[in-house]
Amino acid sequence: MHALIQAIILGILTGGVYALMASGQTMIFGIMKVVNLAQGALIMLGAYLTYSLFTGFGIDPFVSLLITTPLLFLLGVGLQWALLRPLHGDDVAQLSLLVTFAIALGVEGVLSFVYGATLTNIQPGYANDSWTMFGFQISVVRFWAFMISIVLLLALGALLKRTKFGRSVRATVQNPTSAELLGVNARRVSAIGFGLGSATAAAGGAVFGMLNSFNPGSHYDLISKLLTVVILGGLGSIGGAIYAAVIMGVISSVVAAVASPIWSDFAFFIVLLLVLLVRPQGLFGAKTRGAL
Amino acid sequence: MKSLVSPAGALRAGIFFAILIAIPLVGGPSWLLNMLIFTVMYAALSSSWNIVGGYAGYPSLGHAAFFGIGAYAVGITFSKSVGAGYSPFWSLPVIGLAVALIAVPVGWISMRTRQDVFAIVTITILFIAQTLAFNLNGLTGGAQGTSVAAPPFPAGTYDWPFYFAMVVILAVTMLISHLISNSKFGLALLTVRADEDKAQGIGVRVTGVKVSAFALSAGMVAMVGGIWAYYVGFIYPQFAVDPLITIGIVLMTFLGGKGTLWGPVLGAFILVPAQEYFAQAFGASELYLLAYALVFIVIMLFLPRGIIPSIAMARHRRWQRLAGEAGSTVPAAGGTSTDAMDPTATMTEGTR
Repeated sequence: MHALIQAIILGILTGGVYALMASGQTMIFGIMKVVNLAQGALIMLGAYLTYSLFTGFGIDPFVSLLITTPLLFLLGVGLQWALLRPLHGDDVAQLSLLVTFAIALGVEGVLSFVYGATLTNIQPGYANDSWTMFGFQISVVRFWAFMISIVLLLALGALLKRTKFGRSVRATVQNPTSAELLGVNARRVSAIGFGLGSATAAAGGAVFGMLNSFNPGSHYDLISKLLTVVILGGLGSIGGAIYAAVIMGVISSVVAAVASPIWSDFAFFIVLLLVLLVRPQGLFGAKTRGAL
Repeated sequence: MKSLVSPAGALRAGIFFAILIAIPLVGGPSWLLNMLIFTVMYAALSSSWNIVGGYAGYPSLGHAAFFGIGAYAVGITFSKSVGAGYSPFWSLPVIGLAVALIAVPVGWISMRTRQDVFAIVTITILFIAQTLAFNLNGLTGGAQGTSVAAPPFPAGTYDWPFYFAMVVILAVTMLISHLISNSKFGLALLTVRADEDKAQGIGVRVTGVKVSAFALSAGMVAMVGGIWAYYVGFIYPQFAVDPLITIGIVLMTFLGGKGTLWGPVLGAFILVPAQEYFAQAFGASELYLLAYALVFIVIMLFLPRGIIPSIAMARHRRWQRLAGEAGSTVPAAGGTSTDAMDPTATMTEGTR
């Protein structure tokens, strides 16, 4: 019983971090109908930037978010402008899927060239510290990673709900044509949306790098999990992605505790297939548009 | 009744395969035959993918899973002995059939979703297969991989059986594609691609049609995987079930033109040699990934329709313009009208 509760706590903490990474991806889909296969690679880029800032300049990984998130925001805006906006033809959805995969390959190539393929991780002094609460272990890094994710998710939510930009984003998600008729600049919304999605990747990368060993090829592993989270939650629904991330986090850590860590990732996929069997649109996905 | 094979089409296919068969007989450097094996392999994979991704419009990103299953089927069955060396080849139809049967429930579940979601669901199928290959140690050997017994072929013509097996598979796949595109089944697939709900409305059995296409395509891919496993000898999870295989297939089909007979083949014959060249030129560093990504993006940005449909379109436009000049009453084709007739335009090009 104790081990089970411990696993659930761990799962919720991990799930919070996945929620942050997946929210960026699902938002990009909501706005542009682009399944961003580069999200995993951008997260690895965030992790390596944090790693360099930490080992090169001694900047704490949590503080370095102030540098990496704006950088990745700009990169995201640039990528959208240069590679996704010019796409045309009748299969823009499929083409953009392939283009984002190409971006992922390119980022992987650059990272392998600069850092090599050896596994590395970010080890600040407190990396292995933990608190004991009612007999349960809570790792300091996981706790702060979870808190940062919550704060950033709340900030993202406030941005979407309270600002003019947020209103134009939600309008674009619901109906791009009408939104444009009402004066929403769809191109600007798309570019900034892609930038915001990449910025969440920077934050996710810093945290991921402290919790796991990684190399440039780790993005395949990451993207496969993020995609299951995003689909389980219903593509385009940020709320759904958060629930799905926590559910997935708990399931995989419970499976790791009671069965074997080997099968924990596998549980992800099985849950997804079972849900799709019953609800092809995911847990919270609306059949029509407008789920953000 | 219209003949199934036009003289020009038969001639084109005849010349193409005659050249393919003649190359090893004439001789040439051994790297050429090695590269050709992979080129023909990708041509066969892309043609198989095209059945479901091109004709039916369901862009599966999970085909590497079936490739891997085929590879492991050969690897596990023939790990001790391959007899006179040809038994793995004879086992391929059985493997293809078995994998096609496995693909029926997989396709049925994943094809409940459409478009992007389908692409993602199929990519998770790929990762499921990879996780299984890594973790079912008893069966697959896990990360240490498994190996096929060495075939007793003479050194001088060692590559020949693999090469000819790939050529035969390619011929079979192209024949199937051709038959499909000329059949009622092919028409049903096209209606699924154009508008699935309307297709169902007019009485097309959409689920049966698309799941059959998926299973057929998966079975063919598994057979190719079997030959690949036998040729490379060692099978590791990360190479047998590799996202790059899937993406390579899709990219080649897009480059040549999806939904056409020759497009996937053309795409493979352009991209595989290019890929080999990059691996040679930048092999030591990981920059070849970057080079590949750039080629990728250039294709998507400048040739989104693919080579064969673009040529067909250009010819069609010129023909219309000439007709317009002659009659001077028929206006030149506008963007809208050509777009609207696109599915039929690519289809007729594919069937010729």
